[in-house]
Amino acid sequence: MALIALRNIHKTYYLGEVDVAVLKGISLEIDSGELVALMGVSGSGKSTLMNILGCLDHPTAGEYWFDGSEISRLSSKHRARLRNRRIGFVFQTFNLLPRTSALENVLMPLNYTKENLTEQEMRRRAAQFLERVGLADRSEHQPSQLSGGQQQRVAIARALVNRPQLVLADEPTGNLDSRTSEEILQMFQQLNRADGITIILVTHDPGVAHHAHRIIRIKDGLLDGGSVDPTRGGAA
Amino acid sequence: MKTYRMLKTALTALRRNILRAALTMLGIVIGVAAVIAMMEIGNGSSLAIQRTIASMGANNLLVMPGTAATGGVTYGAGSVMTLTPEDADAILKEAPAVGSVAVVVRARTQVVYGNRNWVPMYIYGTTPAFLSVRDWTDLAEGQAFTDRDVRSASTVCLLGRTVVRELFGAQSPIGKEVRIQNVNVKVIGVLQQKGANMMGMDQDDILLTPWTTIKFRVVGSSVTAVNQSSAAAATSTQTDLPSQLYPSTQQSLYPVPTSTQQADTPQPVRFINVDQILAAARSAPEIPPAITQITRLLRERHRLRGDTPDDFQIRDMTEITKTMTSTTALMTKLLLCVAMISLVVGGVGIMNIMLVSVTERTREIGLRMAVGAEPGDILRQFLTEAVTLCLVGGTVGILLGRGSSYLVSTMLHWPTAASLGAIIAAVVVSASVGIVFGFYPAWKASRLDPIEALRYE
Repeated sequence: MALIALRNIHKTYYLGEVDVAVLKGISLEIDSGELVALMGVSGSGKSTLMNILGCLDHPTAGEYWFDGSEISRLSSKHRARLRNRRIGFVFQTFNLLPRTSALENVLMPLNYTKENLTEQEMRRRAAQFLERVGLADRSEHQPSQLSGGQQQRVAIARALVNRPQLVLADEPTGNLDSRTSEEILQMFQQLNRADGITIILVTHDPGVAHHAHRIIRIKDGLLDGGSVDPTRGGAA
Repeated sequence: MKTYRMLKTALTALRRNILRAALTMLGIVIGVAAVIAMMEIGNGSSLAIQRTIASMGANNLLVMPGTAATGGVTYGAGSVMTLTPEDADAILKEAPAVGSVAVVVRARTQVVYGNRNWVPMYIYGTTPAFLSVRDWTDLAEGQAFTDRDVRSASTVCLLGRTVVRELFGAQSPIGKEVRIQNVNVKVIGVLQQKGANMMGMDQDDILLTPWTTIKFRVVGSSVTAVNQSSAAAATSTQTDLPSQLYPSTQQSLYPVPTSTQQADTPQPVRFINVDQILAAARSAPEIPPAITQITRLLRERHRLRGDTPDDFQIRDMTEITKTMTSTTALMTKLLLCVAMISLVVGGVGIMNIMLVSVTERTREIGLRMAVGAEPGDILRQFLTEAVTLCLVGGTVGILLGRGSSYLVSTMLHWPTAASLGAIIAAVVVSASVGIVFGFYPAWKASRLDPIEALRYE
């Protein structure tokens, strides 16, 4: 069953006099357990689509079904809850809290979970995910004491700590050298295979996109028909 | 988000820039320290002022006997005898607003020492409590008479400065005997100089003895020197006075009535009366309750019911009291103004830094929102930071303020008074400064768009 289904999504920005239509009717489906790459040049609407997929923004028109419920009209509070429990984010610039230990960084999303975890449970869970990304021995290190690859792995652990269904990675290897990039991408593949987490890699690098099962290309606010799997994409 | 985590997050965030946090706090620290120090020094001075004014008799209540009237002719205050020493005891026991009570029996006569004589303005027969009522307990020399002296009508007295000067010149009067009428009285103490009262009367022109001494030894033998009405009262209580043991040389103006005459004109049996009762309220604000309590008590004791007029009068020093309360109120208001200004300045500092902090941490806010922080969470986080800053600053300020007021009192010997109210106010005010001035930056942070915030450079 499709984890994500977009139906004719439009996004228009109203900048004073001029209306800028960024997404002009996008429909797509992503199944649970897929590893998808979202590709497009800058200005293609890739980031806007990612924000909508990540539930950071809502579309001007269209429907967004996530795990069987329509979420395009949720209030910002409910979107925050959804992001907290079901979506993990990995950013190009890692976005770790400075001068805060790796463990505290991983633990941070748990603060906002409406689940009464004790301090010990939170720490145990964070440590478990740090171990998962191979940084068990660095849990008290601050971001400035970690290499780029290690920082990104902390960020991945943070994205996973609430056991989300979807991980959105926005140019996760953009700031890393090629060898580290490869490691990070393999980690994504491994997470996808072992845990069945749905992963969307947003990138403009074909090398990165090749690690995915499927590539969704976006161009001028529309899906680039050529690469869309006709059985899954298209208007429903 | 749980309170503990919220506090921890706030502390972590503050620790990331400890110098800036400390400098921000400095505004609150100085503000609160100034408030505490000034409140304590101000309270001290205002207590000192109050004490000074109180020593002028501001808290005193004078209970006088009522007015006698015969056929429409009234004789003025004090013309009937209705107050007893038991009334005074009852007032002290049953009126909670009254701190101390003394009875007063007056006389006006000549005092002789050697070849000098003087008529003091006040010859008061009283109890030792008189000194505490009038705030006069520190003697210049010697010591005060005691309750035992009162019970045994001892022939001892205390002299005011003026009397000492007139009778003894430069020598010390302690242990010497002066003669009041024909009673020899030993001087056992000299009062501190008090100067003139509000009406310009010399308060040092005074002689104090136990009231029993005046009543039974002196007045009993010198009734003619006092006014006519009390003369009548005194003669009737004269039967077993000690003064008869030491008979006066003075001739009685009236023939002694025979027993038949006495039986024909029965005199009402009189109790021992006093001329006035002097009571001190515990503090200036307690004067009105003290008046009410004394009135109720005396009406009860004198069996006055319904609309029977009071057979006594109570006088207070309204003018002085008003001055005192307005002085104190003015002082408090002044201090409050200064306190407010310094705290507002501190608060603006907090707001400034919090705004900078919000701008600086825009990406962090975006990240927190992306991982699921609701706007309310962000608002609370920044508010917690501001309030933490203010409370920590407030605590340091309280310590600093107490410290400096302690220094001022030990090094400069200024009077200070610790004020719990000021400390509580400082905590409450610094917390509210945190909330008030932290709210706008926190609100601004909570309203950020996560997408914009994440992209912010």
